[in-house]
Amino acid sequence: MRITCPVCGERDRREFHYKGDAVALNRPDPDAGDAAWDDYIHTRDNPAGETRDLWYHETGCAAWIVVTRNTVSHEVLDTRLASDVVRGAGKRGGGVRK
Amino acid sequence: MRIEGAGLIDRDRRLNFRFDGRSYEGLAGDTLASALLANDVRLVGRSFKYHRPRGILTAGSEEPNALVTLGSGAAQEPNLRAPALELFEGMEARSQNRWPSLQRDLLAINDLAAPFLGAGFYYKTFMWPKSFWERGYEPLIRRAAGLGALSGQHNRDVYEKAFAHCDLLVIGAGPAGLISALTAARAGADVILVDEDVRTGGRLNAETHEIDGMPGREWAEEITNELLETGNARVMTRTTVTGAHDQGTYGALEKLPPDVAARAGAPLETFWRIVARRAVLATGAIERPVAFANNDRPGVMTASAVRAYVNRWRVATGRNVAVFGNSDDAHRTAADLIAAGVHVSALVDSRHHARTGLDVPFYPGGQVCNTDGRHGLEAITIATAAGTEKLQAECLAVSGGWNPAVHLSCHLNARPVWKPDIAAFVPADGAVPGMWPAGACRGEFSTRACLVDGIGAAVDALKDLGRRAPHMDVPRAEDAPCGLAPLWHVPGKGRAWLDFQNDVTVKDVRQAAMENFRSVEHMKRYTTQGMAPDQGKNSNIGALAVLADATGRGIPETGTTTFRPPYVPVSIAALGAGAQGQGFAPQRLTTSDKASRRRGAPMIEVGLWYRPSYFPAPGETHWRQACDREVRLVREAVGIADVSTLGKIDIQGPDAGRFLDFVYTNTFSTLKPGRVRYGLMLREDGHVMDDGTTARLGDQHYLMTTTTAAAGEVMRHLEFVHQGLLPDCDVRFVSVTEQWAQFAVAGPKSRDLLNEVLDHTIDGQTWPFMACGPVRVGGIEGRLFRISFSGEHAYELAVPARYGESLFRDLVSRAEGMGGGPYGMEALNVMRLEKGFITHAEIHGRTTAFDIGMERMVSPNKDCIGKAAAERPGLTDPEREQLVGLKPVGAVKMLIAGAHLFDKNASAVRENDQGYITSVGFSPTFGHFLGLGFLRNGRARHGEVVRMVDHLGEVETLCEVQAPVQFDPEGGRTRD
Repeated sequence: MRITCPVCGERDRREFHYKGDAVALNRPDPDAGDAAWDDYIHTRDNPAGETRDLWYHETGCAAWIVVTRNTVSHEVLDTRLASDVVRGAGKRGGGVRK
Repeated sequence: MRIEGAGLIDRDRRLNFRFDGRSYEGLAGDTLASALLANDVRLVGRSFKYHRPRGILTAGSEEPNALVTLGSGAAQEPNLRAPALELFEGMEARSQNRWPSLQRDLLAINDLAAPFLGAGFYYKTFMWPKSFWERGYEPLIRRAAGLGALSGQHNRDVYEKAFAHCDLLVIGAGPAGLISALTAARAGADVILVDEDVRTGGRLNAETHEIDGMPGREWAEEITNELLETGNARVMTRTTVTGAHDQGTYGALEKLPPDVAARAGAPLETFWRIVARRAVLATGAIERPVAFANNDRPGVMTASAVRAYVNRWRVATGRNVAVFGNSDDAHRTAADLIAAGVHVSALVDSRHHARTGLDVPFYPGGQVCNTDGRHGLEAITIATAAGTEKLQAECLAVSGGWNPAVHLSCHLNARPVWKPDIAAFVPADGAVPGMWPAGACRGEFSTRACLVDGIGAAVDALKDLGRRAPHMDVPRAEDAPCGLAPLWHVPGKGRAWLDFQNDVTVKDVRQAAMENFRSVEHMKRYTTQGMAPDQGKNSNIGALAVLADATGRGIPETGTTTFRPPYVPVSIAALGAGAQGQGFAPQRLTTSDKASRRRGAPMIEVGLWYRPSYFPAPGETHWRQACDREVRLVREAVGIADVSTLGKIDIQGPDAGRFLDFVYTNTFSTLKPGRVRYGLMLREDGHVMDDGTTARLGDQHYLMTTTTAAAGEVMRHLEFVHQGLLPDCDVRFVSVTEQWAQFAVAGPKSRDLLNEVLDHTIDGQTWPFMACGPVRVGGIEGRLFRISFSGEHAYELAVPARYGESLFRDLVSRAEGMGGGPYGMEALNVMRLEKGFITHAEIHGRTTAFDIGMERMVSPNKDCIGKAAAERPGLTDPEREQLVGLKPVGAVKMLIAGAHLFDKNASAVRENDQGYITSVGFSPTFGHFLGLGFLRNGRARHGEVVRMVDHLGEVETLCEVQAPVQFDPEGGRTRD
């Protein structure tokens, strides 16, 4: 399996560490309530098809990457920096005030 | 027997080899199979289940029958396919699955019991009594049915793993593959051409076809040279592509014969991972047998194999050869045999309209319906409209048509597509992204069609790569149609084999259908067809056709089973090359490693690190003596321990403090520069991730320490929190674990010792407990932290790693001069137990801040990772198991880590479980064992006596619950 790191280019998957669903980027506010937190921490879809995962370029540039891929065809459809995804969504970090 | 004429053998280089203990002679260029046939050895093995005599069926890696064991002792390698084994001087091969000998195999009696051993007989017969399966039936069956065996010894042969990259990978070096590779290489693409054979050419080496007016094999040589001259191509022979994987990654096994591997100092086998931007699949096709009664006798071979043995190795596969087929291929076989001077006793063509110009007994519309012979073929029976006729034949060349080698095209889940005109499956379009099938593997069977297709595939791939394809002339070559009329099975009495390797017959497949195993996947598992090491390369389509017929469906509706990697068996030694013994995991060594080992310290693994357990002193006979002494020398004088293995993360930036407040439960933005604070880190689910101290070295500069084993995990976590949750936080991290050597200097005399080595002396005023800052050691810039994991007045002194070894030696020798010395992990562990400090034995992934009594460290004034979840009622329930200290008070004065805790008078069953012990050690300070563990509502139970039971070791004792901190609970010694 090959993953294109937005910083380093296409690399073997052995360079990456897998975390899980990119839902982890959508951290609820501290007072969002039990249901929202339970959902965030525990509930995951298991789609046959397109999925967004978080991968860490551990033996490369240390970038966290959102990889959009298809679990059926194993096609990697898109990779982008997690920080760009979070900034693009207009989300400021989970509940931390400056 | 060997015949006259030029093949691809060197008649001047004779090679001696042995088979089942007898000596034979072969020629350079031979395979074991061709050399055996040249010596008229036809019986080479016994079948898996019925122990039927078996001979060589094919001339390639698809061989189901001729499996042999090579070598002896540790290098013994079983289940090797004789047609794929290059002959070498001194080769020792043995047949398998027979006892006492191949000729007289006692288990051949199984064949008589065949009526009872049909499909599914295991499932039906060995049902009762249940307990007999493991002790009786299974060992018996395993001994009776089987393949070769490994020696069980440590294999010392050299194996290797390797990576390769290219623009275009061409799989198969037959005519399609060769011309494809040349086209791409001429266009400037970086090409790798792979073939399992020892030379390029594919079927051209086995046929008499001409290309551009020259013998096919010479043309192949010329193209290969041209290819290499472009400077863009790498030709990998003796290499089989075993799997097509995601994003253009292909697995390939390169296997050298032992003499070649020894000569070049090269590995015996190399497992390649080839990353190809595009690929051309030119794997050719595999000829399929026809099922008829007793079609498994030694001497019955595929027609293509008979041609290969005659043309390439100049070996006649019998004194008289009959040919049986359903296409023009049969005629080609007869013609090649006649041209080589081999007597052809019959040409049987199942097609009624067939004609021949050959001077042979010809049976149009005929079928071979049975064979005779004991250990080899002696006669065949031919059925025609006129009746049956028995003919003498030592060899029968059978052709049922060709199955394109579509395997790799199916590895990413695509199903092959049925092509009626050749009655075979071909790869589906786009089956593997970026891979183009070409030539015979796509059902293009004539040489010219292969060449045209090979160029076409390369042109498509080049276009996809954004390269201009060069103009290529299609070489002149034969372009005969194959004219096949499907024939799968000749009706009649007697067992007709489909899967030779797993002994599956037409009757078995029909029985599966009758018992309603109608799905091809069910039939496969019920009959075991296609489940042998050859994965049904010869038999899958034939079995499918019989199943389709038995269930009244067409073949495409019946469908194929799933082809999975690897295409040929791959030894675990190749896949795991380099990972034996010490290569199993990387080794991380501290700068004091050599000095510690020189002192005789046994090393233990912590993560990937090696750390000293203890430092034995003269006269000590037991590790406990060393451990007790080391604890005392720290408590009474001064001890030195290498703590460099702890993760060290350098954190800098204007938002560093804010960031740390978010990853730690407690606050770090308020920490003053020059001070250290203990921090607790949670996972988002509210459980403890790690702990450690973090020093504030400057206004925007922190140094975090993590536990040794969790250093990598914490680094990933920090990067994730930063990039994924707080991307606007202006902070950066870098691991400096390996850049700094760090030593604990612990004990009442620690400051005295430091003042001997530091350029400027320190005192309690300028360096109170939890102070940190820069120091100079012999002119070197270092860092000093006044922190303690032992409960003593202690420091950690860090210097750049290159000075680590000399600093360790210096510290240790000075410590010894003061009545101290080095201490290892055992003593370190005992002292932290006395102090009730936790390690990952306690924060094992299921404990919360509440469980370890640190809930007050979760700051109420700010959010942090894990805070929301940690507040859930279930994670702060007093009935949870809480950290406690333990000491034995019963008859047995020992505690055991992993043992469970029960109420004093309760029986030791799961329902009564109250908790468990996580760490134990003998404390020389207190003179008894100390333990840490988790006990239900434990903080409220100090003073209570509970029962410890180790069910595994069958040890039990009573122990008293106490506070985790036993030694100097007020911490006066640390602050002194």
